[in-house]
Amino acid sequence: MKNYLNDETTIWSWVATTDHKRIGLMFFVLTILALMVGGTFALLLRLEHLTPRYTIMSAFAYNQTFTLHGVIMVWFFLIPSIPSVFGNFFVPIMLGAQDVAFPRINLFTVYLYLAGALVVFIGMVVGGTDTGWTFYPPYSAQTYTALMPVLVGVFILGFSTILTGLNLIVTIHTLRAKGMGWMQMPLFCWAMYGVSVIQVLATPVLGMVLLLLTIDHGLDWGLFDPARGGDVVLFQHLFWFYSHPAVYIMILPAMGVISEVIPTFAHKNPLSYRAIAYSTFGIAFIGFLTWGHHMFVSGMSTFDAGIFGILSMFVAVFSAIKVFTWTGTLYKGAVSLKTPLVYVFGFLFLFVFGGMTGVAQATTSLDVHWHDTYFIVAHFHFIMVGASLTAWLAAVHYWWPKMFGRMYPEKWAIAAAILVLLGFVGTFFPQFLLGNGGMPRRYYHYAEKFQPLHVMSTAGSWVLALGLLLALVYLLWSLFYGERAPRNPWGSRSFEWSAPTPPPKHNFEATPVFPPSAYDYSRPVEF
Amino acid sequence: MHAPPLQHHFPDIEQQRHAAKLGTWIFLSSELLFFNALFAIYAFYRVKYPEMFQVGVSHNMKWLGTINTAILILGSVCIASAVNFLRLARRGPAIFLTLVTCLCGIGYITIKSIEYGFHFDEGIYPGGAGHFFVEHPEHGLKAFFTTYFLLTGLHMIHVAIAVAILGWMAWWVHRDRIGPWGAYRLGLVALYWHFVDTIWLFLWPMFYLMGART
Amino acid sequence: MNELLRQILYLPEQASTISNDIDHLHFWVIGTTMAGSSIVFFCAIWFTFRYRRRSEDQLTPQVRAAPLELAFIGFLITFFVVVWVIGFRQFVRIRTPPQDAMVVYVTGKQWMWKFSYPEGKSTIATLVVPARRKVKLMITSRDVIHSFFVPAFRLKQDALPGMYTTLWFEAKSPGVYKIFCAEYCGLDHSRMWGDVLVLDPEEFDRWMEGTPTEDVVAMPAGYHRRTIADHVHPEVNPAPFAMTVEARPRSMADIGREVAEKRGCLSCHTLDGQPHLGPTWRGLWGRTVTLTTGEKVVADEAYLTRSMMDPMVQIVQSFGPIMPTYQGLLDPAEVGALLELIRSLRSTLPDDARYPVPLVDQAGRPPLQHVDPDRAKVVRDLPAELTP
Repeated sequence: MKNYLNDETTIWSWVATTDHKRIGLMFFVLTILALMVGGTFALLLRLEHLTPRYTIMSAFAYNQTFTLHGVIMVWFFLIPSIPSVFGNFFVPIMLGAQDVAFPRINLFTVYLYLAGALVVFIGMVVGGTDTGWTFYPPYSAQTYTALMPVLVGVFILGFSTILTGLNLIVTIHTLRAKGMGWMQMPLFCWAMYGVSVIQVLATPVLGMVLLLLTIDHGLDWGLFDPARGGDVVLFQHLFWFYSHPAVYIMILPAMGVISEVIPTFAHKNPLSYRAIAYSTFGIAFIGFLTWGHHMFVSGMSTFDAGIFGILSMFVAVFSAIKVFTWTGTLYKGAVSLKTPLVYVFGFLFLFVFGGMTGVAQATTSLDVHWHDTYFIVAHFHFIMVGASLTAWLAAVHYWWPKMFGRMYPEKWAIAAAILVLLGFVGTFFPQFLLGNGGMPRRYYHYAEKFQPLHVMSTAGSWVLALGLLLALVYLLWSLFYGERAPRNPWGSRSFEWSAPTPPPKHNFEATPVFPPSAYDYSRPVEF
Repeated sequence: MHAPPLQHHFPDIEQQRHAAKLGTWIFLSSELLFFNALFAIYAFYRVKYPEMFQVGVSHNMKWLGTINTAILILGSVCIASAVNFLRLARRGPAIFLTLVTCLCGIGYITIKSIEYGFHFDEGIYPGGAGHFFVEHPEHGLKAFFTTYFLLTGLHMIHVAIAVAILGWMAWWVHRDRIGPWGAYRLGLVALYWHFVDTIWLFLWPMFYLMGART
Repeated sequence: MNELLRQILYLPEQASTISNDIDHLHFWVIGTTMAGSSIVFFCAIWFTFRYRRRSEDQLTPQVRAAPLELAFIGFLITFFVVVWVIGFRQFVRIRTPPQDAMVVYVTGKQWMWKFSYPEGKSTIATLVVPARRKVKLMITSRDVIHSFFVPAFRLKQDALPGMYTTLWFEAKSPGVYKIFCAEYCGLDHSRMWGDVLVLDPEEFDRWMEGTPTEDVVAMPAGYHRRTIADHVHPEVNPAPFAMTVEARPRSMADIGREVAEKRGCLSCHTLDGQPHLGPTWRGLWGRTVTLTTGEKVVADEAYLTRSMMDPMVQIVQSFGPIMPTYQGLLDPAEVGALLELIRSLRSTLPDDARYPVPLVDQAGRPPLQHVDPDRAKVVRDLPAELTP
């Protein structure tokens, strides 16, 4: 049967494709590769931390490793992991369209990603850089390491992000099926819209900051050099003005996935569609106003610190609205506990826990102790791994049948999910305690008394890695030997399930006519 | 003059044009945010070194800056007229005016380069390098001139990009004998020129007018 | 209760007057965090069980619940605001130094902390303060951003180059509390440690008047006085220094620069002529230096090598006997690289009246045949006490 995978099989048909599904698939492979590289660095870091001093690498190598871990995970995995993969693949289908608004620009974003990755790879080969992914000057202006390729590579990747966002915004505005208003489209599209707005507005600021650092480091313009009138705190403001919205770029798509998985597996409408849709914009808007909470002890005024603190808490209110809505969706549902839902439960606990530690940090006085310690590291890993990665895994399993026409093996998947979730908690929960105890981050050496917690954390990292590897293995296996998937294995009412499995090149056999709601489980399924 | 190509995933040409327009505006907003970071730097350092920024502004040649402003505005007028002409199916004037706009851009770049030459002659280089800063070692002056080179330099690059795209557009209208339906495309590219012009309309007071003593 | 929670949460001792308040807020907030996430999780589990799917075509009602959601949001906002108010008031307390605090100047530099007291005393790595008195720190950095962090006080403040930041505290009782650098600053960021040595106020006053630190009575248990040696003798690091592929060839002087950083030489010697704990290397090569014994020697390869291996034998006038030996810690290639670095910093300014000739033939060295002008120049802008 002809579908988007076997429609044309030449290499050129993939290299020059404008099919959003093929592009989504290419990003899928690329982001998984990035996850593996970044994850390997993480495992090496944890191995180094088995002992308080030298274990497997020098301090210099350690500094380079944590820098590259951050750069790769943030920009080459987390940011594109859902929008460029599942956003590209499913938003047009959910809207009843044949493609995104600008298919050729979409293809261009793949090559931008590749170019950025290549330049960063070159940087890694000629020695990498040791500034941390935050690149603070004056250290970044002084370091002898290969900072330029890393900056330039991320700069190029930034354009991939901006253009993906632009494409999704225009697609959602102009390619909705006839009769589909804003309040009828699946909630995942709302999440994609919100994240795209942030991507379009925040990433250029990052681009400028990276450019300034390149000029500073390469041409020695001393923009942030106090001896030439520069101000080091100015850099921090500019950097975090982007990088705080960036974390919302990393969580909003995850939230979009959760908004799809829960109704599908509970066979129930969301408790409040509008609450989820509007809170997305609350997060996107207020998220631009909270960057100073990364800088409470950097020398900003006490008054400003207070403002940033209270605004940071307000962002959490929007997230809480979503959590309430999601949990309430299960009420009076018909819940079936499959792998995607297992990941969602993990998400619910870990996101609330991690998010509340964020609120805790926003109470300025507590952050004075926690800033730049392992507490912060644990907090953001709870959100980026415990929430975002978990939601990504949920998305992978949820949409696997539609993308490949195969079912994954459920029992192995649940086992892997348990390993992943337990391994994650084992890795990062001890780090909250390390931070409380006063262990600073980016530390190669540490005081002896911290060793037991570090050993626990490293053991947890092995369990987490095992779970992810297991998932990779059975997913690959299922491509060849998995049970063939029906059109709608989950009985979902969301619109993408009305397309054939896997979809043909132009997504639908005929112009689709969708029911009025993607979440009406009070009537039998139409597809 | 052939019909406009309709892409398969758009229901009709109107929707396609609407999408193109929306996409262009979103792209321009991202470019604006790109420059906003630089405006923020200028604002920050201006508040930190108010005296020295006034000295720096007074030092720049107001008349050169004003000529550049006039040239860019002239370009904006020309390209807007070109779009209008193309809508009325008058390709000749449209192409001619587009090329005049390109010339304005080139003229701007030339004058700016000459101005940079004057700065270099005085020993003013970016990064606080040059003998001017040995005689005038105040931090604020270094910050002012580095910011000046940064913003005007990046702006100049964008002017060059605009010139290139407009030149390509003129060639496209000529070679493919484009009719009125293509006017909206020329209009979208003209938006980029207008954007570049608008950025300059902020740079001009920032570096030549605000607080100048002469 | 406080003690139990503090131990469970792995918090250090509460050594400053504000630690207790911060910890109390911490307990409340973390407790709520745990409770909130558990409630959500168990709700989800309960609903999953209670409303489990009985058949594949089971239908469900369309439920809406606006009032409950609004109540929940109202409660949450109230909680956040209350917590923020308490926290912000504590933050204002942390950030507002009292008028009557004693001042200590703190300088962070790669990779050590230096403390100076207005009365004239200065220390490295050990911040000596009195208990039960308010202390205000004026913090800055010599190079990159550092952060002065004392976990036991629950306090930290970034050290920024080009400006001063402040931090104040009051230690409750005598003791020793670790200082960490909490802003990544390069290779030895994780070894930029120090101690806050809190003394009884009377002991502190005696120390300030001149009693050496080790003679102060009633040193807190477990205190190990840090010396320069703690900083410049890193544990032997067998892994390769740089896993890099060099993009361009490097001179020995460049390698010497890296060795000097890596081995901690730059903790005490500067490359730019600034006086510091040891003589500056700028203009040193070939200069005639005066030793503490009054003897004058030329700083050539032999002298410099001897200074690295056996530094106590010849000490330059006006410097203290604080340099540790590098015997066995530098291999010959590294020694050579350091010599090349020092040689590359030799003065090439035109000579003027100050053209010193070594005044004596030294025992064991060939008699002087002639004076090499290159080797006997003086850097004019060095402070007088460092020139012959």
